[in-house]
Amino acid sequence: MSSKLKLIGLSSAVSVLALSAAAQDPVSLTIVSWGGAYTASQQRAYHEPFMEANPHVTIINDDGSANALASLRAQAQAGNVTWDLVDMLPSDAQLACDEGIILQIDHDAMLAAAPDGTPASEDFLPGSLGECFIPQIVYSTVLTYRPGAFPDDAQPSSIADLFDVENFPGRRALQDRPGTNLEWALYADGVDPEDIYEVLSTPEGVDRAFAKLDTIKDHIIFWTEGAQAPQLLADGEVAFATGYNGRMFDAIEVEGMDADIIWDGQVVEWDGWVVPADGPNEELVMEYLYFATDTQRLADQAKFISYGPARASSAGLVGEHADLGIDMAPHMPTAPENYFAPIVLDNDFWVDYGDELRERFANWMLQ
Amino acid sequence: MAIQSATSEEGAIGTATDSRGRLVTSDGTPLRRALERANRRRKLTALALVAPLLAFILIFFAFPIAQMMWRSVDNPQIVNALPRTLVALEDWDGQGVPDEPVFAALHADMMEDLDRPRREQAIGPLGIRLNYELSAARSAISRTARSVPNFEEPYRDAFTDAHRLWGQPELWQIIKREGRPLTLSYYVAALDREYDADGNIVKRPENRQIYVSLFGRTLALSVAITFMTFILGFPIAYYLSTLPMRYANLLMIAVLLPFWTSLLVRTSAWIVLLQQQGVINNALVGMGFIGDDGRFSLIYNQTGTIIAMTHILLPFMVLPLYSVMRTIPPSYMRAAKSLGARPWTAFRRVYFPQTLPGIGAGGVLVFIISIGYYITPALVGGQSGRMISNEIARHIQQSLNWGLAAALGTMLLVGVLVLYWLYNRLVGADSLKLG
Repeated sequence: MSSKLKLIGLSSAVSVLALSAAAQDPVSLTIVSWGGAYTASQQRAYHEPFMEANPHVTIINDDGSANALASLRAQAQAGNVTWDLVDMLPSDAQLACDEGIILQIDHDAMLAAAPDGTPASEDFLPGSLGECFIPQIVYSTVLTYRPGAFPDDAQPSSIADLFDVENFPGRRALQDRPGTNLEWALYADGVDPEDIYEVLSTPEGVDRAFAKLDTIKDHIIFWTEGAQAPQLLADGEVAFATGYNGRMFDAIEVEGMDADIIWDGQVVEWDGWVVPADGPNEELVMEYLYFATDTQRLADQAKFISYGPARASSAGLVGEHADLGIDMAPHMPTAPENYFAPIVLDNDFWVDYGDELRERFANWMLQ
Repeated sequence: MAIQSATSEEGAIGTATDSRGRLVTSDGTPLRRALERANRRRKLTALALVAPLLAFILIFFAFPIAQMMWRSVDNPQIVNALPRTLVALEDWDGQGVPDEPVFAALHADMMEDLDRPRREQAIGPLGIRLNYELSAARSAISRTARSVPNFEEPYRDAFTDAHRLWGQPELWQIIKREGRPLTLSYYVAALDREYDADGNIVKRPENRQIYVSLFGRTLALSVAITFMTFILGFPIAYYLSTLPMRYANLLMIAVLLPFWTSLLVRTSAWIVLLQQQGVINNALVGMGFIGDDGRFSLIYNQTGTIIAMTHILLPFMVLPLYSVMRTIPPSYMRAAKSLGARPWTAFRRVYFPQTLPGIGAGGVLVFIISIGYYITPALVGGQSGRMISNEIARHIQQSLNWGLAAALGTMLLVGVLVLYWLYNRLVGADSLKLG
């Protein structure tokens, strides 16, 4: 009897296995992102739950986002696209989109609506969706300083203080690109955040920004890689450093670095997904995207890194840091107490004027 | 006597002839053919031995370089996107804004392009290409393309209303000038020059010139680094060459150690040592040589680049020097001294000239490697210690302007070849001795 049962059990197990194998061959998705803490947060918030729900899928992380544009173009030109999904900045996405090497996105058809039924195109924060781009997070470039570098009663608190070497002496670590630096120069020079790009698209505005940067030029160390900024602060090499708010959060809250973030004039930008055209598993990628960009999943990512979810409906679901137990909401760039004077990065502006301004900036650095 | 007869016998075999008086080998084949066959076999063997490497070099070295050089002049974007417009522009005199027929042709070109599948649309690349020449041209193209289906005649007004750039002669001059399958504009840009309204090549505004001075700096830094490795490498190579083999090998390992450490680890080590709050500055302050506010800036500037790269490239100088010095018999110096030369004269006139092949080889190696270096300068060079490769990498990876990157890369390649040619003319490449 028991042996018969066993037999039935075995045969049914075999047939179930055979069935599921026929329906779902194991597949692997190659997902390209920025590496480090950022990829780790995606792994825990998106990849692991998705793989749990779809046991036949294995997700392989590739830390290639920094050079994703060049690789995507090379793959498209070679006719051998191996990446399934890529995490990139919207300005890069716009370039890739213009080149036709990534897919156009129909946001409402491809992405989940908010729990209350608001369609995706209205749920994602205004201005964040791109022709080929699905935002995940809001991050910002913030000014950070070392409290120990200044007397207790004269701590810096604004972008204007970055440009005030008399009252706030010390070296400043800035990123070696015109973005953020030119915006801040104008902001510190009295331009309203709303008008910055209008001013910057005139030659006089550019001159004005560089003139302001000239005032601190001798005090600047330029950094290239994101990890350098917190390092320079931690080593006491500089008094101020610009950096991505997530890395700064990590350095301050997780590593215990003695530094404070100045949210004034934070330069806000999106980061998100693009789908390479002619990728190997397009259908599955769409399934993944639908899952990984819904309201709950975006809110989940904020448990692991201090970047704000790109959906309005996710904001209320942001909870505590999964390991530290810190309440994450106040560390979000979009938290009301931090979002008092944001400069929203204008990607169209940078795609249009970036080449020219980078040349001008490189020339300025060389002088 | 017996030996003599043996040789004469061999001679008889070697000079055997066939019926027609031709030289033959022992099996009767004509000697000439046998030699040819042997020669051919030897050549085939040689080819077979070389073939894998040759194929490798062709596929992974020569072909990509040729492709890179091709990219620096390749200019398909405008020709692909605007065939009708270019024909219509042939009659335009280059002054003012073109007339209605040109705009009608532009409309027709864009309409046709919008019908193509996304991957084959030429409008996107067109915008990116034009933006290299004129800022905001990309958004002029992409914004217009979105509303083109709704345009009505007269198209000239429709286009100029859609974006201000369509009403600027500059954009049209660029379209006409660059509407050819090949272009020199990447080289023009790489030489800090641009076209003026009349199509003449003129210098760029001063505040946008970067590449020429960057080439100059790259050259100067590379020379400085080569010189530093020579100054530091010569004595150690000399000392190594005088030691018994087993000590020399041990010390050689110490010289080679940097080779075996990851580049990033080494560079990070330099950061720890050289920064203002770093080990060296702290030690100097601690010993009272400098005040706390007089700390040296040893990193994030040219000094940092020179120090870090000298360290990394030192083995490339020491190895050829050592292998050359090892072959110089010590007796030469003794002979010179015994003939009355003072040590310095003996060194200068007898020893040093014999090390020249090693200096040449080491110098060429270090110089050529350092001219193309980019990770170390990017990490420790700050704004003043950057090199041309950093700009090339940026154009490849970030701005995606591969044409300009290719032009810069080709110029760098040609520059290195010219320098090598000069070296060959002045010193002679056959005197290089790598081991």
